[in-house]
Amino acid sequence: MTFALPPLDDLVACPQCDTLHHAKALPPNARAHCQRCGIVLMTSQPAAVARVLSLALTAFIMMIAAISFPFLTLDAGGLHNATSVIDAILAFKDGLAFPLAVAVAFFIVDIPLIRLVALIYALGPLVREQKPRPWARAAFGLAERLRPWSMAEIFIVGVTVALIKVAGLAAVTIGPAFWAFAGVVIITVLKDQLICRYSIWEALDQSAA
Amino acid sequence: MGSSGPVSGIISAREAGLVACQRCGQVHRREARFCKRCDGPLRSRDAESLQKVWAWLIAGMIAYVPANLYPMLLTSTLIERSESTIIGGVFELIEYGSYGVAFIVFFASVMIPIGKFIAIAYLAISVHRRSRSNQHERHHAYEVVEFIGRWSMIDVFVVAILSALVQLDTIATINPGIAAVSFALSVIFTMLAAQAFDSRLIWDTDRTQYE
Repeated sequence: MTFALPPLDDLVACPQCDTLHHAKALPPNARAHCQRCGIVLMTSQPAAVARVLSLALTAFIMMIAAISFPFLTLDAGGLHNATSVIDAILAFKDGLAFPLAVAVAFFIVDIPLIRLVALIYALGPLVREQKPRPWARAAFGLAERLRPWSMAEIFIVGVTVALIKVAGLAAVTIGPAFWAFAGVVIITVLKDQLICRYSIWEALDQSAA
Repeated sequence: MGSSGPVSGIISAREAGLVACQRCGQVHRREARFCKRCDGPLRSRDAESLQKVWAWLIAGMIAYVPANLYPMLLTSTLIERSESTIIGGVFELIEYGSYGVAFIVFFASVMIPIGKFIAIAYLAISVHRRSRSNQHERHHAYEVVEFIGRWSMIDVFVVAILSALVQLDTIATINPGIAAVSFALSVIFTMLAAQAFDSRLIWDTDRTQYE
């Protein structure tokens, strides 16, 4: 090495291409991109953590509603069949497909719920400017690692495709749970947009020290 | 907090003799094993990255074969019983005149998986050959693969919803076929292949290595 490095705590490395950057305070509502690969390194939005927490709480309550109410109702030739999200999971319960029922349950219900609970657990004390909970860093790390496996939004698009496939066969009524689930999807997308991982890790770290 | 300006031109943490945490961006001395900020494990580069990528990718490609050969959906109505494969389902939608949905299903179940196989294999081969060209394009391809791969699950969810919804005793029932399982496995394996790929390797070749 032929040059002097600033203190390590003033540096931040791009998680995707390892390029070093100086960490500096950003003006409000700005985004800092990696100089080489262009991904967003950090954002500065005042009160972002409070907003993320309130969105996570809302999504959690709507998720409970989405699981409990009927999702879609089918009527054909005098016969009637109401389907909940749980029924869609249990569609695979027979025979060799059973592991798929478990996987689908995780993708559309369990993992979204685990992520929300972990976020609420990790961020709750930060909003009240208290010390982070003992497992806050593990919880936030888990929420981040599970992100690609949370497939609620894909499920909603799948429902739409299924509706069009059945439309010719029978009358389908959309139940309250469908709208609750769609709400969860929109809120989750907003929440993931708002999250600045760098700032949250920093907050979890500083208050722990 | 924010960042602006690379350090002394563009240099990686590895070249500076440092190791960075991939979860939170905190930079450490090379010897550090765990991140002091988020407790995450530290690795300058994942030496087994390409091995894992190839293993998951091949598993994903193998699972994709029965997914196309066996039926996704078993439909029985008063008059007939029928089985439809992934491609069969797309043609049915075209017959109904739902071109838009037929395209979504074709895109999610055929074009995304095959595109992913090609893209991941290309990324792994180019890193293996220490290619210096198209780094920005390759990094972009990696981001697209990471983002879009999960969307292939659409067809599995469609099968789940149809099978749960269309259970009208004698008039019409729909049940999932075994292809749904192998298709889901193929999507999961290729997602793991994409996650095993260490994108930092794309950028390593254009610089003098310090080791």
